[in-house]
Amino acid sequence: MNPRGLGNLGPSAPVGRIRPRGTSRQAGPYPGTEPGQEFAPRPAWREESEQRILGGCGLMGVCDQSGKRMSGELALRSMASMHDRGNGLGGGFAGYGIYPELPHLFCFHLLYNDDVAKDDTEFYLKKHFRVVMDEPIPTKPIRGIENEPILWRYFLDIADERLSETQLSLEDYVVHAVMDINTYVDGAFVASSGKNMGAFKGVGFPEEIGEFFRIDEYHGWTWTGHGRFPTNTPGWWGGAHPFALLDYSIVHNGEISSYGINQRYLEMFGYRCSLQTDTEVVTYLFDLMLRRHGLPVEIACKALASPFWKDIDLMPEEQRKLFTALRMVYGSALLNGPFAIVLGMNDGMVALNDRIKLRPLVAARNGDVLYVASEESAIREICPHPEESWMPLAGEPVVARVSEKGRQKAIAQTRLSAGQRRAARSPQDAVVPGVA
Amino acid sequence: MAYTTFIPSEFRVVIDKDACIQCGRCAQQCGWNVYTFDEVEKRPVPDHSKCAACHRCVTFCPGGAISIKKNDLAFKHSDSMSPDLIKAIWKQAETGGVQLTGMGNDRPYLRIFDHLLLDACQVTNPSIDPLREPMEMRTFLGRKPDFLDVAADGPTDGNGVSPTASGTLRLLTELDRQLQLETPIMFGGMSYGSVSLNVHRSLAMAATELGTFMNTGEGGMHADLEPYQDHIIVQCASGRFGVDSSYLQAGAAVEIKIGQGAKPGIGGHLPGEKIDYEVSVTRMIPQGTDALSPAPHHDIYSIEDLRQLIYALKEATGYKPISVKIACVHNVAAIASGVVRAGADIIYLDGFRGGTGASPTVIRDHVGIPVEIAIATVDQRLRDEGIRNRASIVAAGGIRQSADVAKAIALGADACAIGTAALVAMGCHVCQKCHTGCCSWGICTQRPELTRRLDPEWGASQVVNLVHAWTHELAEVLGALGVNAIESLRGSRERLRGLGLDKMTLDILGVKPAGL
Repeated sequence: MNPRGLGNLGPSAPVGRIRPRGTSRQAGPYPGTEPGQEFAPRPAWREESEQRILGGCGLMGVCDQSGKRMSGELALRSMASMHDRGNGLGGGFAGYGIYPELPHLFCFHLLYNDDVAKDDTEFYLKKHFRVVMDEPIPTKPIRGIENEPILWRYFLDIADERLSETQLSLEDYVVHAVMDINTYVDGAFVASSGKNMGAFKGVGFPEEIGEFFRIDEYHGWTWTGHGRFPTNTPGWWGGAHPFALLDYSIVHNGEISSYGINQRYLEMFGYRCSLQTDTEVVTYLFDLMLRRHGLPVEIACKALASPFWKDIDLMPEEQRKLFTALRMVYGSALLNGPFAIVLGMNDGMVALNDRIKLRPLVAARNGDVLYVASEESAIREICPHPEESWMPLAGEPVVARVSEKGRQKAIAQTRLSAGQRRAARSPQDAVVPGVA
Repeated sequence: MAYTTFIPSEFRVVIDKDACIQCGRCAQQCGWNVYTFDEVEKRPVPDHSKCAACHRCVTFCPGGAISIKKNDLAFKHSDSMSPDLIKAIWKQAETGGVQLTGMGNDRPYLRIFDHLLLDACQVTNPSIDPLREPMEMRTFLGRKPDFLDVAADGPTDGNGVSPTASGTLRLLTELDRQLQLETPIMFGGMSYGSVSLNVHRSLAMAATELGTFMNTGEGGMHADLEPYQDHIIVQCASGRFGVDSSYLQAGAAVEIKIGQGAKPGIGGHLPGEKIDYEVSVTRMIPQGTDALSPAPHHDIYSIEDLRQLIYALKEATGYKPISVKIACVHNVAAIASGVVRAGADIIYLDGFRGGTGASPTVIRDHVGIPVEIAIATVDQRLRDEGIRNRASIVAAGGIRQSADVAKAIALGADACAIGTAALVAMGCHVCQKCHTGCCSWGICTQRPELTRRLDPEWGASQVVNLVHAWTHELAEVLGALGVNAIESLRGSRERLRGLGLDKMTLDILGVKPAGL
């Protein structure tokens, strides 16, 4: 991956009206350093912390493996029951299967500080993508939610010429674009960038954020939710969970004590960790291992929360070779420190604890539906009598898979207007679809 | 003028006459012949000018009667022309020769390790108790692939990679051979000839017990070390002493020594007096001749030549890991990048504080750069080029304590190598007289009456204890950092802060100042 991005952005290549790095409007250099010589590349948001934000949190995930879609209200209610695990400084949700009208288009959810950031970003998006449609993300006023950024979503397609010009895969192209915007466009932040999914997040309690974004009006086969308890600085909207890239989204409770090396490892592959939060690295690590290295999700999880050598040494030959190689090659990807994470993706959901289980995580199953949450009560709130419930062991991933067939069925069942059907066939003729 | 010398003795040997029991052991113990025992007066008479302050006599005096003092002659103060420099000029005026010395650079340059501080967990993330939880130190040195290819046996789901519950996973990628270390501390190359065979035996036994590696240095491998060869890295230096195919195949890995931190750019110097029968057989040179290894390898005049040698050695050894040892010099990052691209599996960085058996003082004290800087720049350079996984970094030259190991690893090293510290564990008192061959502790000498003083089993147990102690201390550091595997510290510069370092140095180290 070319660390310079799509080839015409970056500090050495000024383009259009995009403000190069280091000329940020509000955030000055750290105290005691020379102007333009700051340590962090991008303190671009007024509210964003200059240091990594530490904290505890509550999280949940629900996935119907048959592909049946559920209202976001479920996730909202589950998170509300864990109100006390957050402190009102960040909440968010990710839903999958929520845009069945345009399932083949990348949907970018953008948070903007101001109109300038929006103009800059749209200039960039129009240059690199075909913007099939864009619109404000629908919200409703909620007491307690204030100072919201400009919230906008874009349904994007990429011209084949652009791919052949850049010699990038479709996904790599999108990753570059997200990195470019997050790194170089002052006051703009891509909250999510996958197909048929979206992340809704902001500063507030999760149930307030969910109501604000009207997530009960969306339907998805997977939902994840998060309530945040940052221990310093007010949260900023971009810093709330989930963190998403392509269709991978992460909600995370914990702190990655190995952040320093995880970040430097990812930089070797062209990722730019600019957000000063450790959750970001989890998202990128999954993107690297699952999408770019093609590892099975179980194996990726075993790299992130490796078994101990004392256990590996006792494994049968073949397995020992695999796990030894995994730790040798992906040692810098090991997530060390306390965490419980839920990874959402289009074909399922994975929940994972750190290698010595330093943060809570409970799982339950009822028919095709798999539930995970920080607390069992958050599961029982939305599924009072699951067929089974258990505490996943340290480093043992809980994996839910939505079958391709189920997903196609869910998309096919969506009733589209004539205009939407046309848009789904040929994006250039699209008309504005409403919220599902 | 009839002066014999201007140079006053450096130390004064002070003998408490009341405590002295006139046993004469001091005269027997001293390798420098400081003492003559006056048979008439029944007392030892010291020649202060010969004393190296190695404390052998002090340690073994049954009456505790001996102390060594600095000969604190007053000189007219000058910040510029210090007594040491005045004495050096006198010495060279008398002899016309190059000043020689042993051990590492002793000049008061900035010690960057002492200006780096480690992090610890508080509240938001828990620290881990190393007495109750496993702390993993296992380290693999060698080339790693960019990614792994894993196949699922049995049925897979729609996307073809994730196995269903009944499937099992199999590794398809064939990995290069690696060195497996149970602790990220190994021993640096010290040749048989410069140190005694008992030192080599001690280190080989210690390395085997610890699950780490000793390094033969450039003087070949004595037959006595064969039982330990799985834990020995054999060195191939410019003199090619002791190198033949069985030697290359004996080691777990081969190291090409390009340079040494104590004397970058120059070769080895082993005086003929140290070449006894055993050394001559091991080095494959005539007895009593000076063993002078050339400054460059005469078959390596550029990087492509190094590549040829690396692959020649790989072919000769069935593709064992090849380490290339370079001294840390100004352009070390670019050199290291070239070395890695030439095919090295391990790059061994030897900092300017690294020790030596003999070196011109001017080179030891004034050439090279600190290993801390070299680790940081090499690690970053390899990452920038996307080839960090192609070689492991071993840092050496000035590793004095477990904290230095932790900091070196946090800066980006995979493992550290110690030389001087291991010798100190065996009794070395860092008197810097290794080049004389008179070591009273039997370490840096070939005189049989001296070398027999070091019992290899005792030497090995001292070194094993030291490395165990450091490993326990590393575990404490990891626990405080809230991680339980060494790979989570490796290259994690976020867990370091600089104190009292200038901005430019911090930028080069990639470390933030304390407070940020």
